[in-house]
Formats: sequence, structure tokens, C-alpha cells
Amino acid sequence: MDSIIKIKNLKTSFGEKIIHDGLNLSINKGEIYGLLGPSGCGKTTLLRQIVMLEKFDSGTIHILNDNLDDISMNKAQLLRQKWGIVFQFGALFSSLTIAQNIALPLKEYTDLDDDMIKDIIAFKINIVGLKVSDANLYPSEISGGMRKKAALARALALDPQLLFLDEPTSGLDPISARQFDKLILNLRDLLNLTIVMVSHDLKSIYDTLDRFAVIDDKKIVYEGTLDNISFINNEFIKTFFKGSY
Amino acid sequence: MDNLFLKIDSKENELFLIFKGEFTLYQIKRYQNLINEIKLTKYIKVIIDLEDLTFIDTGSSIYINNLYNKILLKDIKVIIKSNNSNILDTLSLVRKIKQTDKPLLYDKKRGFMDSLGKVTCNLFSGFFSFLAFFGELFLNTLSLFKSTKNFRYKEILFEINESTIKALPIIALASLLVGVVMAYQSANQLSLYGANIFIVDMLGLSMLRELSPVLTAIIIAGRSGSSYTAQIGAMKITQELDAMRSMGFDPYKFLVLPRIIALMLMMPVLIFVSDTMSILGGMIVADLNLGISFNLFIDRFNNVIELRHFLVGIGKGPFFAFLIALIGIYRGLKVKDDTQSIGYNTTKSVVESIFAVIICDAIFSIIFTNLGI
Repeated sequence: MDSIIKIKNLKTSFGEKIIHDGLNLSINKGEIYGLLGPSGCGKTTLLRQIVMLEKFDSGTIHILNDNLDDISMNKAQLLRQKWGIVFQFGALFSSLTIAQNIALPLKEYTDLDDDMIKDIIAFKINIVGLKVSDANLYPSEISGGMRKKAALARALALDPQLLFLDEPTSGLDPISARQFDKLILNLRDLLNLTIVMVSHDLKSIYDTLDRFAVIDDKKIVYEGTLDNISFINNEFIKTFFKGSY
Repeated sequence: MDNLFLKIDSKENELFLIFKGEFTLYQIKRYQNLINEIKLTKYIKVIIDLEDLTFIDTGSSIYINNLYNKILLKDIKVIIKSNNSNILDTLSLVRKIKQTDKPLLYDKKRGFMDSLGKVTCNLFSGFFSFLAFFGELFLNTLSLFKSTKNFRYKEILFEINESTIKALPIIALASLLVGVVMAYQSANQLSLYGANIFIVDMLGLSMLRELSPVLTAIIIAGRSGSSYTAQIGAMKITQELDAMRSMGFDPYKFLVLPRIIALMLMMPVLIFVSDTMSILGGMIVADLNLGISFNLFIDRFNNVIELRHFLVGIGKGPFFAFLIALIGIYRGLKVKDDTQSIGYNTTKSVVESIFAVIICDAIFSIIFTNLGI
């Protein structure tokens, strides 16, 4: 399979503190890829670096055939339309309704007329499992689970090839969390997405991930499928998976 | 993205719409324009040919689907031709969801009477919520007298430093400049009549009685009142206020009263600084432009400006401070769970407190005039 994201020898530091020291990983097209690791190991930082929200010291990140190190402004802008991001707390624009939140990228980046946009919004709202009647509610009027779904709908507005999720199930009750997992699996199949997520939720890791990387002590200590995890001699992996594999 | 890959062909009464390449959101509008120009009624059969399409996204699928239904409604035969399973899957997904789906309706815009009613109703309920806030504040003030433990010295001192001591430089500078400007502007007029010495009366009266207190109040409203709103508003959004309440720390005792007390205590001091600096500014101009030496100025000042003028100005301080702190905090507590409302309420807080200060000043000046003070 061809890889859609390739990271080589990535180094990051915040002042004196070194976060990543020679990180390598590659994410294939069509898979659900997880970034795991103890808290503070730089998973979210890595995710933010991949989507150009944060800089890195050295190394290369290739994403969809673009090298983030020497990317032009125009190319970066085009790249941003090819992915969707769901932030940990949704990050919906609080002054806009759900429908307006989803309509925003459509209005900015396409020349579609209002009827067409309405149809697309209704479709996205449905596909993430919200009701069309909720479309005119504001983010402050809906529950945490709905907020995540609405954020997902916004991320999917432009039909991205890549979807980034930052702790998608955190803060959700177990039932909503499992529904969200199913939703992610469904969407991957329906829309041919490649999904990269940071997660701490063991159940969701077992259920959804195809492959994952474990970051510990500034490096990738494991990259691959769940099957081989038990052979890895690492403290975090042993405690995290508790020998259940 | 720029090339059109739509070929429109017709053979007798059959219309062919042949899509090629990739069909994504960015092409829909142009294809739509082309297709809308066609007079469909001429045909009895439309073939939507997707055989050569390599990729279709959901937005475009929705369009194809809508087109299909639109043509069907006109009693024209439609056929979608495609062998690509991905494309067929996307189309059927869209159709499946469309069937279970109610159309999206935006909330209607409000009419004039409707929004007038809403504004009036909001004003009315706003007035009552302010009264409720005032009442709760009063109750909490009473509890101060029950035990000295309820008096939170540390918070009060912290607030004194934050919202008044740190405001001293800006108040001093602004007052000095206002004093200079006032003296400078009147120096010309006064010297025309040879009434140079009256600059002392003019500056002394206007500054001590009116200008210094109002100037100070406006600066504090803009600087400290707004920060009260933003601070407490942000605390409300991050649920810090709820956390305090749940731990049994009444926000009124911890946040509201210390701020009000700090500002009321310190406002007279700030006004005093403003008085001093503005008179100093006036003295400098009087010395340079009108030839009135510092000694002469102070001598005259002692003779003509009675103590009551100074006290009237200083005495307004706590009232202004109360209004500013009250409105700033009330607005902070009114912040709702979204980011815009912080900005909205901070603006409101500054506008309302400056307005309140000016109204209060007007009332004072009527009272003092009638009392002959």
C-alpha cells in the first residue's frame, strides 16, 4: 500500500525540553492509524505538526506528496482543504449554529449555491448520526457527544481524504464512545478515508485501529498491528495493555 | 481542477451528459450552470454517463442524485451509466440517506415587531436580573458585619494593587495632560482681558469638583471595570465559578465584594492623585505662558479654592467606584457559554459604567447646587 503520511527523523524541542528525538513512522492510505503513548510524550504535538499548526526542529514530514518543510503558501492552503480535523473539545465556532459551522468551509472554498450547500449539510449531519432538526442549535446548546459529531461533520464538509482526530472518545460516556468508534469505522468504509487519531481509550484502540505507533521516551517504541504488541519489552506498553494480548 | 470534463451531446431526442475525470465540490457550480441552460423538455430520455469518471465525492453525488430526481419529475427517462463500484456505492449511500432525511430548514429571520418584542423583553428581564444581583450583593454585604472572618483582606489588598495602584501611572499622566491642555486653551482668552490670575480659580474649581473625578472614573471603567468583566466572564466559561460554588466558596464573598470594596476604598486616592497632577499641569502652563509663578499660584489657590470643592470631588469617588465595579462584575456574571459573549459583555460593561458615572455626576451636581455646597 502507498503511504499517505511519512515522517522521517523528526526532532522537536520546547526550549530545553526535547519532545521528539528521531521519530519515524508511515501511515498508509485507507487505514485507521493510532498515536499512543503516556501523557506528555508528544502525541498531540505530533498531530499538530502534521497539520501545520506547530513547527518542528528538524526531520521531514511528507503528507499527500507534499513536503511540509518547504511548502509554498498556496500549496499549504490547498493541502488544508484535503484534510479535516476534529479537536479534542470539538472547537466549533460558538457564535455559529451547527449548520453554519458546516457551511463555513463550503461557502469559503466552493462556489456552490445555497440549495446545494443545504443538501450537503443535511447529508453530513445525517452521516455522522445527528438529526437535521438539530442543525439550527448553537454549540452551547448541545451535549458533548453531539458536539464531537458536529465537529466531525464540519471536518467532513469538503470531503477530505484525511481525517485527524484528537482523543475522539475522551469525555464521552461508554455508549456514545462505542457509537463514535462504529461511526469512525463506517465513515472510513463509506468515504474511503484515512484516519489518524490520538487515543487513550483501550476499547476504542482494540475496536478501531488497523495500525498504531507508540511514542515513549522521545521515540517510536512500536509501530504495527495489535497482534505483535505482546512481544515488545516496554514498560508503558506492558502496563497499558496489561498483558491482555 | 480547472478543466471541464463534462460533454453534452444529443442524438434525436436523447440527451447525453458525459462526465469525465474527477467530479468534486469545486466543479459542481460550473457543471450546474451548463446543465441548467439545456431545455430538458425537448428530450424524452437523458443518459447520465459516469463510465469515464475516476472519482466522485459525496457533494457531487448529491448533485447527480438531485439532477436525477429533477429530470424524473418532468416525466423524462433517466439512466445513470457506470461500472465503477466505488462511484455506484457513493451514489447509493447518498440516495439512502436522502430518503430517510427531512430537508434542512434554516430558522426564519425575525420580523421587526418580533425583534422589537424580544429586545423589550430582554431589557425588562435584564432589569430584574440586575435587581436580583443587587439583592444578593446586599445580603452578602450584611454577612460582612456578622464576623470579621468574612472580610477577605488578602483578596481586597490584591485587588487594590491590581486594579488601582497599577492604574496610577496612566491616571497621573492623563490628568497632567488634561491640566496642561485646559490651562493652555484658557491662557489665551484670559490674557486678552488681563485676567491672568483667574486661571487659578478656573482650574481649581473645574478640576477639583468635576473633571478629575469623572476623568478618573472613565479611566478606571475602561481599565479595571472591563478587566472585571473579562476575568469573571472567562471564569464562568471555564466553570471556575461553578467549582467555587460547589466547594462552598461563595463567588460573591470571594470575587465580588473584594473588588467592590477595593475600588471604593481607593477611588478617592486616585482622584486625589488626579487633582494634584492636573493642577501641577496647570501650574506649569501658568508659569510658562501667563507669567504666574508657582508661589503666586499656590498663594491664590489657598485664598480662593475652599476645602469643600476638594471634598465634593473626592466624595464622589466611592459612588463612582461602586457603579463601575457593580456593572463590571454584573456583566461578567452575565457572560454565557460562548466566546462572543465575553466581547459583547465587556463592551457593554464599559459603555454602561461610563454612562452610569456621568448620570451619577449630573445628579450630584443638581443636589450640591440646591444644597448650596
